[in-house]
Amino acid sequence: MNDVISIVTPEFASRKAYRNASVIPALWDILDNVFDPELPGLTIWDLGILQDVSEKNDAVLVTVTPTYSGCPAVDTIITDIETELFKFGHKKVEVKVTLSPAWTTDMMSPTGKAHLKSIQIAPPEKNDRVCCPVCESENTKVLSQFGSTSCKSLYQCNDCFEAFDYFKHF
Amino acid sequence: MNDKQQNTIRFLIGLGDDSVVLSHRLSEWCSNAPYLEEDIALSNIALDYIGRARMFYQYAVELEGNKRTEDDIAYLRNERQYTNLLIHELPINDFAFTMVRQYFLDVFYCEYLKLLCDSSDEQISAIANKAVKESRYHLKRSQPWITQLAEGTSESKERIQLALDELENFVGEMFLMEDWELMLVDSGIAVDRKNLEANWNSEVQAFLNKSEMCFPDSQLQIRGGRNGIHTEHLGHMLSEMQYIQRSMPGLEW
Repeated sequence: MNDVISIVTPEFASRKAYRNASVIPALWDILDNVFDPELPGLTIWDLGILQDVSEKNDAVLVTVTPTYSGCPAVDTIITDIETELFKFGHKKVEVKVTLSPAWTTDMMSPTGKAHLKSIQIAPPEKNDRVCCPVCESENTKVLSQFGSTSCKSLYQCNDCFEAFDYFKHF
Repeated sequence: MNDKQQNTIRFLIGLGDDSVVLSHRLSEWCSNAPYLEEDIALSNIALDYIGRARMFYQYAVELEGNKRTEDDIAYLRNERQYTNLLIHELPINDFAFTMVRQYFLDVFYCEYLKLLCDSSDEQISAIANKAVKESRYHLKRSQPWITQLAEGTSESKERIQLALDELENFVGEMFLMEDWELMLVDSGIAVDRKNLEANWNSEVQAFLNKSEMCFPDSQLQIRGGRNGIHTEHLGHMLSEMQYIQRSMPGLEW
């Protein structure tokens, strides 16, 4: 099975360049320990919602964009960001939730997409050409446009008959 | 605070009310929908609308100078203080009615929010950008349902027609503007809903014609929502939605 997803979107490339230019890379690295609570193993960086990390005096300011407007995971993610930074001795942490730039699945990293596939969630595809995460077949059908969370819909493979979650392209 | 700021807050709360009221109605299907996937879908859409309401309320609260919270707005106002357009508050009725209303609103919001993305207010534009994508996705679901029901059994067809007959009286209000809303249109903050009416009508009419359904052009336009005048249904809905905050003030999860 080919788990390598190498397509780098322009949206991700610009996030990556921004992160690489940061003068405080260690803080970004700390946040690589914060995961989406509904998608175990997928970091907020790989999901694409971590937008900025900055430091002012002794306070850390973290900026995230929510995925779906009603996604209840945001509150948990804020707490997790704070907890992780506290662990590394940062006493003052502020998490800002901003709507602009609006999050899209194109902000997701190739690593994030590969991870989704490894836990049998089909990663988002432009044109919603959904590929079965088990047998790679493109011969799939929608079972339900909404799945277990706002960001997913339910599909089934017509070849291997596996039912699976698809992370909607958004 | 000047008139423009006051009207902007009123405008945001109106949009938030539209969303929170519809969200509550949709959530009434939770555990009652025809089958599991449909149940999950309606609850998910309800969640999108709750998120939308929160974004509008939070911004209103910020403009007010944080004198109250988003929860105060949702839970501690009575029906005369709610300013949603009436179509959102009508009871869910049967599944056909819920889907026809959803289809009507999805068509409406796809266009309305698209224009609101160009609002001169950056935060309103950001909210619209987020919400319009969700509405487009909702439309992909409500539209096929109308076809399926309208071209289904004689009973499903009849129920769709009953829903159309009931809803026609509430469609007019979607395109009527209050004077204070028009002031915001002049300053580029709001969108004139009146301008959407012709396109909405032709799109919906053409779509319904394909399934040989007709949407009668009603002369009756029940209005009042934006000024706090509601159908009898809203008060009953709020009494349920606000029950916990009213009986145990300040309770938090």
